[in-house]
Amino acid sequence: MKEILVRFVVGGVVVSVFALLGDLLKPKSFAGLFGAAPSVALATLALTVSKQGKEYASVEARSMLIGAIAFFIYALVVSRLLIRRKLPVLPVTGLSMAWWFACAFGCWYAVLR
Amino acid sequence: MIRFVFGGTITALAGIVAERYGPEIGGLFLAFPAILPAAATLIEKHEKETKDRAGLDGTMRGRVAAGVDAAGAAMGSIGLMAFALIVWQELPNSSLSLVLVGATLAWLAASVMVWELRETLCRRIRARFHAASSHGLHAAPRRGSSIHRRFDE
Repeated sequence: MKEILVRFVVGGVVVSVFALLGDLLKPKSFAGLFGAAPSVALATLALTVSKQGKEYASVEARSMLIGAIAFFIYALVVSRLLIRRKLPVLPVTGLSMAWWFACAFGCWYAVLR
Repeated sequence: MIRFVFGGTITALAGIVAERYGPEIGGLFLAFPAILPAAATLIEKHEKETKDRAGLDGTMRGRVAAGVDAAGAAMGSIGLMAFALIVWQELPNSSLSLVLVGATLAWLAASVMVWELRETLCRRIRARFHAASSHGLHAAPRRGSSIHRRFDE
C-alpha cells in the first residue's frame, strides 16, 4: 500500500512538471511534444530498479517501446479526428484510448509473447 | 490537479499491473498517454474561453488547437521510442541515473528533430504554394500545414 502511494505521488509530480513545461512553451505543436514526455517511465523506473533490479526494468523498457508505437498511432488518430472532423475533445481522447490498447496489446501479442 | 491525479493513478496502475502480470505487460503502461487527454481538454477550454470573451464562438478553434497539440504529441512519441530503446539496451550494463538522463535527452533531441523536420517540410510546401499562386496557377491548399501555422504563432 505504501509503495502504491509513493508511486502515485511521484508519478503525479513528474507528470505535472512535464505538463506545466508544455503549458509554458509555444508554439502549440512544440508544446505538444511534452504530451509524450516519458513522465510515467521516469517516475516508475527508479522505483522498479530499487525493488526488482535492472534486468526487470529493462524488460519493462522493451515493452515500453511497443507502448510508444501505440502512443504514436493514438496521438495521430486523435489529431486527425480533432483537426479534420472537429469532434469534441473529451470523447475523442477518451474513446481513442481503445486504439492505444488495441495497438499495444496487439503488438505485444505479435512480437513479444 | 487533474493531471496530478491522472498521472499518479497511471503510475500506480503501471506498478500494480507489472506486479500482477509481469514486466512485459506492465511495461506497456510506461508509454500510456497520461498527459494528452487532460492537456487537450484544457487547451480546448482555454481557446473557447478566449473566444467567448471576445463574443465569438470558440468551439471549433478549441478543438483544432487541441488537435495541433495532439499532432505534437505524435511527434514526441517518436522520441519516446528512442527513450525506451536506450533504457532497454543500456540499463543492464550502466548506472541508472546516467541511463535515465541520457534517455531523457535522447527523447528531447529526437522529438525536437522530428518537429523541426516537419516544420521545414511545411515551410517548403507553403513556399511552393505561394509561388504557384503568384504565378496564377490553381494549387489545392494544404489544409494541415495552414491550420498548424495558425496555432504556431
